[in-house]
Amino acid sequence: MTINKSIQLNARNITSDEYFYGHKACGGCGESLALRLALKVLGEEAYLSLPAGCMAAVSFIYPNMAFKNNAIITPFASTAAVATGVAAGLKALHKDHLSVAFAGDGGTADIGIQALSGAIDRGEKFIYICTDNEAYMNTGIQKSGLTPFGASTTTTPAGKVIRGNIKPKKNMFEIVAAHGIKYAATASVGYLEDFMNKVQKAKEADGPAYIHVFSPCPTGWGHESDQTIALAKEVVDNGLWYLAEYENGRFRLNKKPDLSNDVRPYLKGQARFRHLKDEDIENIEALRGEKWAQMLAEWQ
Amino acid sequence: MKNFKRVPVPTLTSLSDYPLGSSCKSFHITDQNSGWRVFMPVIHLDQCVSCYRCYLVCPEGAIHQNEDQKFEIDYDYCKGCGICANECKIKAISMVKEEK
Repeated sequence: MTINKSIQLNARNITSDEYFYGHKACGGCGESLALRLALKVLGEEAYLSLPAGCMAAVSFIYPNMAFKNNAIITPFASTAAVATGVAAGLKALHKDHLSVAFAGDGGTADIGIQALSGAIDRGEKFIYICTDNEAYMNTGIQKSGLTPFGASTTTTPAGKVIRGNIKPKKNMFEIVAAHGIKYAATASVGYLEDFMNKVQKAKEADGPAYIHVFSPCPTGWGHESDQTIALAKEVVDNGLWYLAEYENGRFRLNKKPDLSNDVRPYLKGQARFRHLKDEDIENIEALRGEKWAQMLAEWQ
Repeated sequence: MKNFKRVPVPTLTSLSDYPLGSSCKSFHITDQNSGWRVFMPVIHLDQCVSCYRCYLVCPEGAIHQNEDQKFEIDYDYCKGCGICANECKIKAISMVKEEK
């Protein structure tokens, strides 16, 4: 099961310098790990734009500053607009630096989607990294457009009749790819080498690039803080999340999971899915089967 | 190996020690995260094979190689989440209850 055949970056050859340190994220935060490793690939010369969200809340605590890079907090709805503005400014100054936006799932799929769509449409060279933890975690676990079916959040609580979220996840990766973007990819913090190489590809892309990285949240999902990486790996192995790329107008799957894998160990390890009954789990498996039938048929 | 054992900036005593306006210098870190911990990870260097796994998976970036090429934990910023101990394939990291 090779993930990315030409693996160039790994733990040994990335820089030992840290660009994100001393932040106040919860112990075991998958999102901060994605941010830390992405910055190791992008380097000190990346200019960051972050909307209101976990990563802004944990790093810009006055008088603390957890970034080594230049970083700015943007209005919630305009992350990608600010990032392309920064890119235009860098171009005007003849600086060969990168503009990078980091937003959570709510800031990408719900609130920031029009700014992102416009920015991709304008074709500016910038990188947008969506760290997907499947709800608005910063404000206290409210449902977002990327919350999966069955998950209990404070706005979709598990009751007797309606058990958690009734809608499946939005296909954010395909929405972005539909713009004809230069490079888009999905990743998971369970496969970190694969993620780092995708960030490298995004850095080299000749135009806008988007990476959607699946990053567990121990506080919001209700799992042990040491299970972050294990869950992010398991979700790829059982097919509930996928590793794919969109390049030159074509989709490509990086990994084919074994769809006969049981999803129960993954679901039952998290408090947000603990209420699910057998029929709900069958529904989740049916959704997974549907999605993979489409991907295997169209993305080969 | 750079920036390992980051030392917090001196205690803020007067108003002029605080950053002015809404911007800060990069890595202006004034306090530590060590108080968050209940269990602390301990690397057993006699078992460690330097696979870099713990360094890669640490969300804090608190694990680094020192001058002797041995892995070391910056306990000032380790939050004790246990990812390193869970991911270590040869179990060379154990979580120990911290005496306070």
